[in-house]
Amino acid sequence: MTRLVVVGNGMAGARLVSEVRARDSRMDVTVLGAETWQPYNRVLLSNVLAGTSAPEQVRLLDPVWYTDHRVTALLGTEVTAIDRDTQAVVAANGLRVPYDVLVLATGSEPVVPPIPGAEHAVSFRTMDDCHTISEAADAATGAVVVGGGLLGIEAARGLAGRGLPVTLLHLAGHLMERQLDPEAGLVLGETLTDLGVQIRTGVQVAEVLGAGRPEGVRLADGEVVPGDLVVLACGVRPVTGLAADAGLEVGRGIVVDDELRTDDPSIFAIGECAQHDGNVYGLVAPAWEQAAVVADLITGEDKNARYRGSRVVTRLKARSVELAAMGETHVDETSDRSTEVVRFSHRAKGTYRKLVIRDGRLIGAILLGETPAVGTLTQLFDRGGPLPGDRAGLLFPGLPGAVVADSPVRMPDAAKICQCNNVTKGQIRACWESGARDTEAVAAATRATTGCGTCREAVAGILGWLCEQEGVPA
Amino acid sequence: MVKPLESTIGSMPTTSPPVLESVKTETATHCPYCALQCGMIVAAGEGREVTITPRTDIPANAGGLCQKGWTAGELLTNGTRLTTPLLYGEPARWDDALDHVATRIREIQDEHGPDAVAVFGGGGLTNEKAYLLGKFARVALRTSQIDYNGRFCMSSAAAASIRAFGMDRGMPFPITDLAAADAILLAGGNMAETMPPFVRHLSGMRERGGALIVADPRLTPTAKMADLHLQLTPGTDLALALGLLHVALAEGYADDDYIATRTAGFDAVATSIAAWWPERVERITGVPVAQLRQAVHLLGNARRAMVLTGRGAEQHAKGTDTVTAFVNLALALGLPGREGSGYACVTGQGNGQGGREHGQKADQLPGYRKIDDPAARAHVASVWGVDPADLPGAGRSAYELLDALGTPGGPRALLLFGSNPLVSAPEAGRVADRLAALDLLVVSDFVLSETAAAADVVLPTTQWAEESGTMTNLEGRVLLRREAVAPPSGVRSDLSILSGLAVRLGHDAGFPADPRAVFEELRLASAGGAADYAGITYERIAAETGVFWPCPAEDHPGTPRPFLDRFATPDGLARFTAVEHRPPEEDLDVEYPLYLTTGRVLAHYQSGAQTRRIAALTAASPEVFVELHPDLAESVGVTHGEPLRVVSRRGATEGIARVTGAIRPDTVFMPFHWPGVNLLTNPALDPLSRMPEFKVCAVKLERVA
Repeated sequence: MTRLVVVGNGMAGARLVSEVRARDSRMDVTVLGAETWQPYNRVLLSNVLAGTSAPEQVRLLDPVWYTDHRVTALLGTEVTAIDRDTQAVVAANGLRVPYDVLVLATGSEPVVPPIPGAEHAVSFRTMDDCHTISEAADAATGAVVVGGGLLGIEAARGLAGRGLPVTLLHLAGHLMERQLDPEAGLVLGETLTDLGVQIRTGVQVAEVLGAGRPEGVRLADGEVVPGDLVVLACGVRPVTGLAADAGLEVGRGIVVDDELRTDDPSIFAIGECAQHDGNVYGLVAPAWEQAAVVADLITGEDKNARYRGSRVVTRLKARSVELAAMGETHVDETSDRSTEVVRFSHRAKGTYRKLVIRDGRLIGAILLGETPAVGTLTQLFDRGGPLPGDRAGLLFPGLPGAVVADSPVRMPDAAKICQCNNVTKGQIRACWESGARDTEAVAAATRATTGCGTCREAVAGILGWLCEQEGVPA
Repeated sequence: MVKPLESTIGSMPTTSPPVLESVKTETATHCPYCALQCGMIVAAGEGREVTITPRTDIPANAGGLCQKGWTAGELLTNGTRLTTPLLYGEPARWDDALDHVATRIREIQDEHGPDAVAVFGGGGLTNEKAYLLGKFARVALRTSQIDYNGRFCMSSAAAASIRAFGMDRGMPFPITDLAAADAILLAGGNMAETMPPFVRHLSGMRERGGALIVADPRLTPTAKMADLHLQLTPGTDLALALGLLHVALAEGYADDDYIATRTAGFDAVATSIAAWWPERVERITGVPVAQLRQAVHLLGNARRAMVLTGRGAEQHAKGTDTVTAFVNLALALGLPGREGSGYACVTGQGNGQGGREHGQKADQLPGYRKIDDPAARAHVASVWGVDPADLPGAGRSAYELLDALGTPGGPRALLLFGSNPLVSAPEAGRVADRLAALDLLVVSDFVLSETAAAADVVLPTTQWAEESGTMTNLEGRVLLRREAVAPPSGVRSDLSILSGLAVRLGHDAGFPADPRAVFEELRLASAGGAADYAGITYERIAAETGVFWPCPAEDHPGTPRPFLDRFATPDGLARFTAVEHRPPEEDLDVEYPLYLTTGRVLAHYQSGAQTRRIAALTAASPEVFVELHPDLAESVGVTHGEPLRVVSRRGATEGIARVTGAIRPDTVFMPFHWPGVNLLTNPALDPLSRMPEFKVCAVKLERVA
């Protein structure tokens, strides 16, 4: 029987294991995770940090799941080597686990900038980090978050939501510069400022101050930003050491083909540690798509399953800040003549919307501030389907087809007033002309209002108008 | 004057009763169409003319009727009735027709075995007919091959309700509870068109300040009434429900006491729901995160709240899991089994509730019993006077049954009552081929439906106002349908047809043609089952304007709200079941880039066999149409009113373009009351309920030259 070993029990590894079990109940499955926690939904850690979710609410699999599904889970077990000759992984505690198929889902680790005092700061990556930050936040008087990317903003928003004064420091000229254009970054910064996060962009952190307990950070220009909780959110890098040591091809991530296979055909890599077609994805959706493909392949459910890359949608999860960014958001008509940009900005309301269109298809978008368009636009981006000619309608979906409360004066005689009984304004007028003066009389003659009853007001309105027109007391 | 009960519920008259000139005989009965079973007075005038007025004593419609109800009298008088049996297209005497059917049944069964003859029923048949049809199949034909069109309607909700509550009473509370609710989530239902008087209950709630949330890919007339419309992508109702539950749990709306004392299985669901965070659900469903949260706030902050599902959420190859996900949401919020709150399936067909209780379903015996349960077999066999070992086991589900007709090992003959599968079954082109491959197709109907037109033998039957019997409406309230006019000469009731065939097959007793006699036996057969009718009598129904089942004894008041103290599970606890979303069986691709979803219009009912024969309804809604968004119309190059071809991998059909912003640009809608649209639909089946995936498949549009 095939022995499957999965290294890494995060979003990708845990997903792979459940995808495999959904297809195959017999394969021998072992998963090794360096963290001691049951797999949890890393996407929701910012909710835990913000105090809006309890840790158990983000757990992805219960301990009993492993028993019920006969999966061996070795938690708190770090794998230190892959012995490709004998096909086994070796753990730090000396345990050897043989495999026929090995899936690497080692994820990524936070980048800690090489600055003095960095050890006084906390990274924001794992559940343990989340607990450390939460505990520190309870005692802290002010927090400094270093890094204005997605995770840094979610951490800053979460801490501010707990009532802590927060300063967010960012090296680039505007927030989330990879996903947002400068104006969007600016509007986002203003929104966050209103929520209690002080934003400093274009600043470089030179040192974390303090002795044991942090006291703040010193910027490159010498300015000191005080804070007794310092959180680092300076990006992540794929964990590839295990693969590199085993002689697998590694670029930024572990290089895989369309089957998510490394250059060793019995070893796959998925999630944030994998590099497919030059891309390393730092989001969960691609990792889960990859997990499904690998599960199809190794269980034989679909031997033709292939991974062709993912469209990336970034959705900020921070209370009272609605932001979706997808695809190419930095191009405009000047940099690329074949591109069409539709933009709407209303800084006072925290609204910024931008669509980037090429060949009549949506290739990028920024949607900042709440809008009902977000669902439709995300799907148009995902599917790559043709866009309608009316671009403005994409940004401002109204209430299509909604009934315009028309006055009886302008309503044509053919207008249907009672849907349930197919009665027009003309029929009600005729009814009035033969003497009907109230809705009961109209109902008796035409059956209007006798179905769902919602046209009662409309019928009364028409009668009232007719009486008024003709000077007849109603 | 209203005819006294005694004069209307006796044995089936064979000739017209004497009617005094210019005196109208008024009979209190119910509408022939949907599961709301609106109360109506049928007044028979001189000659055969009939007028209809709404009853005010029936809570479901409380004095309202839609155009279908008002015009139902035309069914009795408009000259499209069948009044003579047809044998291979030629008029025949009843004895000849029934003799022929019985002889062919014997021959086919002698050659191929009992299962070579199949029976297909309908959710519009009275309880008496549904019951006798099941008994006829199991006892007279001894075939396991019986199922019915209800499989295409409520089966997913039924399976999910049984899984969660141990019992399927679609709406386990009186309909009047709706108006007293503070928030209602309606997933995939459009009552403003399908059962308009139902809307009065929703309006009542809204007038009190309650909030209506409607999930539908279209801005239907019902969605227009809503305080919040979740315009989801077809086929993603399950993801929507998971996202709502995720938000409800994350934001602390779970009713912990209720979950602890009245449910089991919550922990596994709570864990599985962590994978359905709202931003992920938004990407799948297209419903913005802010709207997901708003919906949960409305439900979670309501003192009394309800979650309702309709066919839009249920008619999928994952329909059972979809309903389970909505039930999980209701359970987490502590709604089911709490007075004024709850989960309900809004049943569609006239006797969709009763029709699924008394044995015309492949795996079922009367009283909502399971056919593989030895105790159930023993009880029913004792009522029927047969050896339990002689009762067949479970047969094929509706689509599987239709798909097996005329195939090696499949049935060679089909007896069909109260259904029109040539129009209503998925991938109807394939079903037409299967029906054509039969050695014998017998159809009982009162009009020449598309399926009847394809039959070898057509048996003309009585219809709603010409016969008596009981109907169980969407609330689980058993109602009395009374004979209001005499049937035209030449027609017989379905019960009489079954009786006549049974006699010819050697069963001189056990198949009475009198509905009251059948009901008395149904009471015994259902006694002790989930749907226990033992204490219900025609007299009680008349006196109490309906009796809620279960009602185990004549001195039992009936059970309007069966789950107040405990659920119908062995331990009395409701069950959470963890479920996962998956994409439609047939998702979009380059070749077929649009979703097709199907549904109803106000003026028609089901396959349209009845309503397309009524002038006022045909005038209101004359032809099949294709609803599409202006953006889509522009890209296809079609304008409002032009013909348009819709093509799927299974077939093609045409309709008139109806261009409206009320539908998603990635979706087209077609009503299913005309032949055609079901040539396109996908027969992929739900693994539990065997419900076909009517509500979503992939299509492309073509201009018609």
